[in-house]
Amino acid sequence: MRKEPGDPEPLEEAPSLEVQRQQEARLIEAWKTPTGWRYWSAVNNSEVGLWYTLTAFCFFLFGGVLALLMRIQLAAPDNDFLTADRYHQIFTMHGTVMMFLFAVPIFEAVSILLLPQMLGARDLPFPRLSAYGFWCYLIGGTFVCGSLFFDAAPKGGWFMYPPLTSSYQEGIGPDIWLLGLSFIEVASIAAAVELIVGVLKCRPPGMRINLIPLYAWYILVVGAMIIFAFPPLIAGDILLEVERAFDWPFFDPKRGGDPLLWQHLFWIFGHPEVYIVFLPSVALMAMMVPTFARTPIVGYGWVVLAAVGTGFLSFGLWVHHMFTTGLPGISIGIFSAASQAVAIPTGIQMFCFLATLLVGRVVRSVCLLFVLGGLATFIIGGLTGVMVAMAPFDFQAHDTFFVVGHLHYVLIGGTIFPIVGGVYYYYPLITAKYLSEKLGRIAFWLMIVGLNVTFLPMHWTGLLGLPRRVYTFSSELGVDHWNLISSIGSFILASGFVVFLYDVLRSKRNEPLIKRNPWQAGTLEWLAQIPDKPWGCRSIPEVDSRYPINDQPNFMRDVDEGRFYLPDAEEGFRETLVTSVIDAKPIQCLRVPGPTFITHLAAIFTGGVFILGTYHHWWLAGISSVLALAAILCWLWTGTAWIPEKEEKDISLGLTMPIYVSGPNAVGWWAMFITMLGDMTAYVSLLFGYFFYWTIHEDFPPEGITGPGVFWPVLGGVLLLASWGLTIAAQYQNRKDHAGKFYGCVIAAVLYAIAGSFALIMGPWQTGLDPTSHVYPAIVWVLVLWTVCHAGVGIIMLLYCAARRAAKKMTARYDADITNVTLYWHFMALTVALLVIVIAGFPFVS
Amino acid sequence: MKLPPHEQTQSLWILVASPTIWAVHFLACYTTAAVWCAKMAETGGDLGAARWAIGVYTAAALIGIAIVGWRGFVRQSFEQVPPPFDADTIEDRVRFLEYAALLLSILSAIATIFVALAAVFIGTCD
Repeated sequence: MRKEPGDPEPLEEAPSLEVQRQQEARLIEAWKTPTGWRYWSAVNNSEVGLWYTLTAFCFFLFGGVLALLMRIQLAAPDNDFLTADRYHQIFTMHGTVMMFLFAVPIFEAVSILLLPQMLGARDLPFPRLSAYGFWCYLIGGTFVCGSLFFDAAPKGGWFMYPPLTSSYQEGIGPDIWLLGLSFIEVASIAAAVELIVGVLKCRPPGMRINLIPLYAWYILVVGAMIIFAFPPLIAGDILLEVERAFDWPFFDPKRGGDPLLWQHLFWIFGHPEVYIVFLPSVALMAMMVPTFARTPIVGYGWVVLAAVGTGFLSFGLWVHHMFTTGLPGISIGIFSAASQAVAIPTGIQMFCFLATLLVGRVVRSVCLLFVLGGLATFIIGGLTGVMVAMAPFDFQAHDTFFVVGHLHYVLIGGTIFPIVGGVYYYYPLITAKYLSEKLGRIAFWLMIVGLNVTFLPMHWTGLLGLPRRVYTFSSELGVDHWNLISSIGSFILASGFVVFLYDVLRSKRNEPLIKRNPWQAGTLEWLAQIPDKPWGCRSIPEVDSRYPINDQPNFMRDVDEGRFYLPDAEEGFRETLVTSVIDAKPIQCLRVPGPTFITHLAAIFTGGVFILGTYHHWWLAGISSVLALAAILCWLWTGTAWIPEKEEKDISLGLTMPIYVSGPNAVGWWAMFITMLGDMTAYVSLLFGYFFYWTIHEDFPPEGITGPGVFWPVLGGVLLLASWGLTIAAQYQNRKDHAGKFYGCVIAAVLYAIAGSFALIMGPWQTGLDPTSHVYPAIVWVLVLWTVCHAGVGIIMLLYCAARRAAKKMTARYDADITNVTLYWHFMALTVALLVIVIAGFPFVS
Repeated sequence: MKLPPHEQTQSLWILVASPTIWAVHFLACYTTAAVWCAKMAETGGDLGAARWAIGVYTAAALIGIAIVGWRGFVRQSFEQVPPPFDADTIEDRVRFLEYAALLLSILSAIATIFVALAAVFIGTCD
């Protein structure tokens, strides 16, 4: 184990036992979990992560029951167990629940729970954001699932294709889907921001980029994928909901719209989504395999290549879901080629795991059983995936049960089996008790047999012509026995999950506590004490290896005795370390906020906006949005950018760190930057829509409709860019401590932003663009309104900064608020510039 | 071995350089073909100039990827130390990032060629 000369070492002498006891008492006091009803105000990652995980599993069970109902219906030809309408709702909700309410949230849940431990951090940098995301998820998920009990659930399939969902389905089902899931997607993006910043900035000192656990690499990649994949769907949701609610014809061909735009936006999200749910499970495998092979992972660099490479290539596959829509052969060829290429990195990581198992001394365990079963199953699904990636084959198999078979092999093998294995692996860490190896083996064999009996025949039924999403079938097709076998298999699979569930839930009160680090793993999460303490890590270690528990001498003792960083909480605050991105050099002692109910209020009111909007109660939704804004501002005001009582803090080992940091070294700046990348992606998706119409349709823009003109858009653009300049000036004046000039700049920036927004609206307004007449005025209005809404948010942010300064919560030295707002305005300027170029400069280029 | 000072500072962006070139190439090929087939060519028309454009994009992309990959190869291989690059040293961190950049360049080059092959085998907008 080589390291740089002068690398920090733990204290040679441990503090006296009395000092250690006092330190521990103060740490426990700072990090204690609230009790009684206040327990639900907890924001610590260990509580929120646990609730998140349990909620995700509840939704998983709900989705599983829906699957069984479908299999009962399809067990026999011409069955009438379910009506067609009910069946449509159930298959739609099964897909929706599994993808949006289980697969993505479970990754975020497990990561919130485990990532800080793996990084030796006390918590993630924005614990209240995690809590807010969780409550949004719970409210939104319950709302979406609840619709099924009122016969109001969406029934357009989990990809909600218009015009089926825009012109042919009455009721509020599609609205529930569009608004309910948009709400949940916001929560997913919030968690992604949190996790990315966590991996980049909250690693323990010394954990250079070549030493981080592979789990963290995958989470970094998946977080980035979410930031770029979810916004196109949110953009699509906005367009489809506006069409449904206000008759703006984005997907109506009669008025220049195009249903294919939805398919593009959905699958730009939807295909990366498959990898977003798959890679975190690979990440779990990457933690389990070296532990049970008793050797470091083989090909760490290759696994990183696979994670990053898959992340990129997965964005070049979306059209392979659209091979039968009549696209030019060359387009199909391009996407088919990328679909084949993604098999390379996917395969590489599998070979790395197999190589690790080959060179190691493998210890048998249920965890490994699920990993190996998952790998084998996933490979079968991957190979059928390569088959459907070939366009001529896809033309035959499209929309048949072959695809259903393929995707379940991929998702159950690639995602769910490793998660179940991960539960067996990490359950002792969370509860200090083992799950049963015997029950685990029974569950595994039931699951793997059930999986194959259910889904293997679907390849045959599909090739024989059984279409997916049709509520019954005729005996003439000759698939009766195959369907019956599938249905039997689904109950075998479900019984495996029942055994697993029983094992998790059964009382273990009489079983002894496990010994610490039961699997003899080498990564930091296994520092957790038995029973676990709320502080995360007794002292934050200096890391010199990929497997520090195994490689660094006396490592656990040194952590436990407080010989490393931050062994104390003298001031009673919750604190963790922020480090640099590449070499994890300490740069800040970050204070994070504690329990609160304000995040619940923020989530409830945010949910109110979406839920009330579903029922077109626009006034109530408006009131809810004002209340949500008030709650979020209150949360920011009381819980962020505290001015500390002293500049620096001694974090032990001879280091003192600043407590307050602003700019690119600060976690808040990174969060804003990453959030705005996602925001820009949504905006670019709307612009993609504009150019999509222009490319495909001769009548875009239609004859007889003038554009928004040049004068008003350019005037609006200039005013908003001036507002941007004034924001930069305000930041400068604040730093110079020129209070008068600072307030002057802020007020001028606000006035210019109001005037600029007004001018932007005047463009389409003055030229009489009617958004219901044709898609051209509709998309221009959407782009303008998007920009104006962002200007509105920018105005609120500026006024917030002025108020912070007036209240002495922001000063020349402590200027994180205005620094982050300026960063927002940089993106705002880009938004404005693109808007003006497109709507004023582009409309009549042909 | 002591690294020259400019190699002490690295950025994560080096990892995503080659895949980003792939992504830009991919989007350029897709949009060129889509716009050509929708706006320029008759139904079932010849890809013509669009194929040449894709050829030019591909050459440019491969040159870019080769530069990143070569840089990675040279820097990861100083003193001929083999992986796993798992020491807590600046040298190993440099080697690791450059090694990963090299591997990603190889993958990006293969994926770029895959995409370009579509234009080799398909000559029309059918």
